[in-house]
Amino acid sequence: MAEPVIRVVALGKSYATAAGAFPALRGVDLAIDRGEFVAIMGPSGSGKSTFMNLLGCLDTPSSGDYFLVARNVAQLGRDDLAKLRNRTIGFVFQGFNLLPRMTLEDNVALPLVYSGVDREPRRQKARQELDRVGLGSYAQSLPSRISGGQQQRVAIARALVNSPQLILADEPTGNLDSQTSEEIMALFSELNGEGITVVLVTHEPDIAAYARRQVRFRDGRIVSDTPTPPGAAAAC
Amino acid sequence: MLKAMLEEAWHAMGANRMRTVLTMLGMVIGVGSVVLMMAIGQGAQYAVAQTISTMGSNLYILISGSTSTGGLRSGSGGGPTLTVADAEAIAELDGVSNVAPVQQGTQQLVYGPNNWSATVVGTTPPYLDARAWTVLSGYPFGDSDVRAATRVALIGQTAASNLFGADDPVGKTIRIRQSPFVIIGLLGKKGQSLDGRDQDDTVIIPLTTAQRKVFGNPFPGSVRMIMVQATSAQAMPAVEKDMTALLRQRHRLREGQDNDFFLRNLAAAADSAAETTRVMSVLLGAIASVSLLVGGIGIMNIMLVSVTERTREIGIRMAIGARQKDILAQFLLEALMISLAGCLIGLILGAAAALLTNAMTDMVIVISGAAVLVAFAVAASIGVFFGFYPARRAAALDPIEALRHQ
Ligand SMILES: Nc1ncnc2c1ncn2[C@@H]1O[C@H](COP(=O)(O)OP(=O)(O)OP(=O)(O)O)[C@@H](O)[C@H]1O
Ligand SMILES: [Mg+2]
Repeated sequence: MAEPVIRVVALGKSYATAAGAFPALRGVDLAIDRGEFVAIMGPSGSGKSTFMNLLGCLDTPSSGDYFLVARNVAQLGRDDLAKLRNRTIGFVFQGFNLLPRMTLEDNVALPLVYSGVDREPRRQKARQELDRVGLGSYAQSLPSRISGGQQQRVAIARALVNSPQLILADEPTGNLDSQTSEEIMALFSELNGEGITVVLVTHEPDIAAYARRQVRFRDGRIVSDTPTPPGAAAAC
Repeated sequence: MLKAMLEEAWHAMGANRMRTVLTMLGMVIGVGSVVLMMAIGQGAQYAVAQTISTMGSNLYILISGSTSTGGLRSGSGGGPTLTVADAEAIAELDGVSNVAPVQQGTQQLVYGPNNWSATVVGTTPPYLDARAWTVLSGYPFGDSDVRAATRVALIGQTAASNLFGADDPVGKTIRIRQSPFVIIGLLGKKGQSLDGRDQDDTVIIPLTTAQRKVFGNPFPGSVRMIMVQATSAQAMPAVEKDMTALLRQRHRLREGQDNDFFLRNLAAAADSAAETTRVMSVLLGAIASVSLLVGGIGIMNIMLVSVTERTREIGIRMAIGARQKDILAQFLLEALMISLAGCLIGLILGAAAALLTNAMTDMVIVISGAAVLVAFAVAASIGVFFGFYPARRAAALDPIEALRHQ
């Protein structure tokens, strides 16, 4: 069997607080295979964001191991981690996190700047991804000129521009209304259909229903890990 | 990659225009004052060098000094201790190229209704060679004029223009102390001397004529000054020693007795004047550099503010794959661009101020390419030096901490 895209073993993360070390994750074991669509759920403060940040190589674990496409992340230096974030992972945030002074096209092209792609191919690839999320005609607009749902599409285009194997999204629909949320989820489903592994955090069962597997956190531990019941998506 | 980064730095500068301009202003003032001060300093050095080159090289002046007969001492030039014979004896020494006895003073020159007061120099033909003074039109007087005490004169440009206006002075007759003198030559322009006198406000006549007709001389054969030129700078110390020994011997001075003449080394005086202006121009540059330093600190300050303000942006960039060196380069480039742009504007304004100073005063201003290059190099290093610390701080940020920053 092929090595999973993500494999974490006894992963732990403690935050230093005024009251001492606070364990936000207490030993998480999980494997996610290529092409899976996973929703991570759980009450507020259960450690979901902490977990996603570790998966996204934005933060480093306090204990345990994380293998990303068979590479032990703990052994990588800052430059190697940057390269993973650049090529292997596409991260989508709840707050979109577009750079406000750049056009949408430049925003989408930015990861390519850091992988050393020349200007013209960079532009082409960015346009291609903007077209794919249906915003090709806004290429020269600034982020402040478009709606939240459109901004999240641009952020997804940016996450896709370097053809990553893995999309990580922390509450990508948290700031959007239900209509727009459904459009964004449809986009994730489509990407997953093309073979990209998608892991997303959500509070809402009908968003989670788009995923094919649901992992539930509580107090820094996984409490359940189940396939989405058939027909759940249709039910909403 | 570089082009993309340059564009971004340009955008970042444009994003907060007022602040960028104010930061740049520090560099503009710094570079501008360095350029202006260096132009003034180098101008002064140039002016002094110019003056020194008109003075004549490797020169000594001997001045008749105190005769201490019976405890009575008169001041410099007071007693007639030097003689024409002394001058002739010095001319025989090794390493001496020109010797000219000199008797000079201020006299009224009269030409028709015009009169003008100028320095009248009575001397011998080697004087012109020692001073490297050329005759523009006409011809110089010779040894025979000195022997026969003819009433001929060479006239300097200032005296000539005051007496004759635009007319050619050669062939005209002027009066000095009632005696008529025929002007046989017009001297080339020399400009100011080191002590600020106008060297062209001069008439040169044969020594003998000067002593008989102009100054009068109660002690025939004596002179107040002798100008001595050595063949080279290397020969000067030996000439000085030999000349002193020769004069002491000729004047029959016993061991332990003071010299009855003064010896002035004009080359040394020139060197010290050149050194003085060099020190002055270094000082001016140093003072101006302080403002450049202040400009650099201004850049550092703004870059630190910018890093703090843009922490979230840095986090986003890191999240999508910027390495530490990418962030470092981005902020360094921004600092560099601000300082170079400030430098460029400063250069232009500094040069303009220098040209204005030149136009409005008679100060000599020299803007050298080297000064401009140095200013540019210094501004670039300041950009890198003061940009480095904020840039490194930005690059060292932790991705997740930076992303959480509000
Ligand atoms: N930087 C931090 N320093 C200290 N404690 C933190 C930090 N980040 C998170 N925590 C704590 O860790 C726990 C888990 O936080 P986390 O953000 O992972 O929760 P979450 O499941 O994403 O919650 P939500 O659904 O509200 O987003 C919380 O109790 C939180 O207070
Ligand atoms: Mg969260």
